Amino acid sequence: MKVEAKPHYESQTKPKSGADLLVDALIQEEVKTIFGYPGGAVLPIYDALYRSGDAFHHVLARHEQGSIHAAEGFARVTGKPGVVIATSGPGATNLITGIADAMMDSLPIVVFTGQVARGVIGTDAFQEADVMGITTPITKHNYQVQSLADLPRIVKEAFHIASTGRPGPVVVDIPKDISTEVDENPPSVEFSLPGYQPNLKPNPLQIKKLTDAMAQAKKPVLLAGAGVHHGKASEELRAFAEQHSLPVVHTLHGLGTFPGSHSLSFGMAGMHGTYAANMALYECDLLINIGSRFDDRLTGKLEHFAPNATVAHIDVDPAEIGKNVPTQIPIVSDSKAALEALLKNSVSSPSTEKWYKKLDNYRDEYPLWYNNPETDMVPQWLMKKVHSYTKGDAIVTTDVGQHQMWAAQYYKLEKPNRWVTSGGLGTMGFGFPAAIGAQLAAPDDKVVAVVGDGGFQMTLQELSLLQELNLPVKVIIVNNQALGMVRQWQESFYEKRYSESILSTQPDFVKLAESYNVKGMRIESQQDLEERLPDALASNEPVVVDCRVLQQENVYPMIAPGKGIHEMIGVKP
Amino acid sequence: MRRIVTATVQNRSGVLNRVTGLLAKRQFNIESISVGRTEAEGISKMTFVVDVEDERKLEQLTKQLNKQIDVLKVSDITDKAIVASELALIRVVSNAQIRNEIQGIIEPFRASIIDISKDSLTVQVTGKQEKIEALIDLLRPYGIKELARTGLTAFLRGQQPQVAEMKNYSILK
Repeated sequence: MKVEAKPHYESQTKPKSGADLLVDALIQEEVKTIFGYPGGAVLPIYDALYRSGDAFHHVLARHEQGSIHAAEGFARVTGKPGVVIATSGPGATNLITGIADAMMDSLPIVVFTGQVARGVIGTDAFQEADVMGITTPITKHNYQVQSLADLPRIVKEAFHIASTGRPGPVVVDIPKDISTEVDENPPSVEFSLPGYQPNLKPNPLQIKKLTDAMAQAKKPVLLAGAGVHHGKASEELRAFAEQHSLPVVHTLHGLGTFPGSHSLSFGMAGMHGTYAANMALYECDLLINIGSRFDDRLTGKLEHFAPNATVAHIDVDPAEIGKNVPTQIPIVSDSKAALEALLKNSVSSPSTEKWYKKLDNYRDEYPLWYNNPETDMVPQWLMKKVHSYTKGDAIVTTDVGQHQMWAAQYYKLEKPNRWVTSGGLGTMGFGFPAAIGAQLAAPDDKVVAVVGDGGFQMTLQELSLLQELNLPVKVIIVNNQALGMVRQWQESFYEKRYSESILSTQPDFVKLAESYNVKGMRIESQQDLEERLPDALASNEPVVVDCRVLQQENVYPMIAPGKGIHEMIGVKP
Repeated sequence: MRRIVTATVQNRSGVLNRVTGLLAKRQFNIESISVGRTEAEGISKMTFVVDVEDERKLEQLTKQLNKQIDVLKVSDITDKAIVASELALIRVVSNAQIRNEIQGIIEPFRASIIDISKDSLTVQVTGKQEKIEALIDLLRPYGIKELARTGLTAFLRGQQPQVAEMKNYSILK
């Protein structure tokens, strides 16, 4: 879709400032939504935004961390770059957690930070921070604009780098005097990046190697990771799995890439994965990994991970292949292109009936389980209820920890791009602002932020945005009055010494929500929930639901740290 | 494993920081690093001598370097026919009496004396690292006051042997 919006300050004759050029470049990139926070070094940019009229919807989060997590949620749901603006110094450093989070989870984010004027860079000027130095290790690439003539080209490069190949965050640091400087001659936007040529098409020889291996395999398994989302390859994945009756297991980020209720889906693998999924990885003789980076939370102890399997790994980032798990069939490619090539290759399907039956038996014998008390709520039951009341069709965002794992286990996703979670970095406080970004990206969808009582308190200032924009985000606080996962590990591995993990002092979340003019409610029993939650979830308003769940509930099954993927504890007896 | 890795990079501000930061972040041990311009404008060449545990670590190193936007090409040239050289400056305690003696020691190394003061002289030597180390060992008994080395720089010879047992670290291996 071409953007028609013409900023009314624009005229052919008037020379443009750096800030104007930035605004033009953002319009060129079809940016509509900007998450940001003004400040001294970005005053010229905010002035240009003001003068651009309604070219953009600027979302003023109440903390820069809120801006970037919202941009991440936006990027996760749309697949398009989320755009963030922050001022120099503290504005930029407040973004760091979000930038690192986007780097770990491969989210396309373009961040513009103000910088002090070129003449005073390096003098410890007011609100100066070495943004280039700080962000180099946590970005896909970063730039400091040294001359006005470079600005439009850099913006174009930044969007290109952020959104192609393996997506990731790009930071553009703009000194204030660049923003105010005026250039009579519009600079060129031509760019060439000889050092950045992502390989998107698979090597036919490697595809052949994989199809040959498939013809031999008796116990194949498909591992679907985030790369399937990024490559928009869900349909191809399903076609491929169905074509050869391949069992599918997911990484945390791969949830939703394949319908959770499909008979070939064996759920999430890894530390809190299902018994069937983990045993599928342990016993398989051919592992086809599509877009997962073999994270340690997935693999457990590496020597026990798929010990008897030929490993094929499809990844757009060649550096991921062979990084953690020795790989016999490396395929550097976009997930969609690789799956298309595999679908085209006629291969005699391996006979997997016996294997399927075995896994199906695991799935029946050892499902996810919990004990449900009479009246009190356990979080697993809560997640199931949220799933059924939203018909499994909501966009779900989470922080990190117990509630994240329960959401992953019990909120069975059927469609891609509806699961927004902080996987790699594991950021508390991510889920709520990410839900705001997700709701802005998908205004007609139901967005549920599943958060812990600890994480929510890290970024709850963004309740202001629910009020201001009347965004119908539903915040489900899985309130166990503890840092649940920390408490669980202390219970299991530190002899119940609950060091600083019990949050017995809490705000009244209902009153807190109400103080932002957001509807708040507290739910303390199963009956209460069944009576009130359906309406709350169905409403067109924002709602904060403080769900009081039993504190001592633990996430199971579990692969203890240092153990192999087959050594699960807490499997259904 | 001691490996010589070269990287052709775009000469942009911060590129050295990107590369060394990356190696530090991923826990690679750099023995030496040398950087300088090349025949092409805007292009620099870096030569690293690194100590890596095994081939997998080495593969990671080249792949991670390749991922950098400003890095154009990465090669592990250890097993190829290469010319490799380093320069060292060595300031040795000396007086008029032993100057000739030192001259005699350094001559087979084709090193030269490039500065003399009342109580010291400075030797400049270029060549392979083993040669430089041998000379340093010989000069040590005289008392080394100061020592500076550039680190190894290297590239491929104009002609490579026809059948070389070249190791290919591409993912197409």
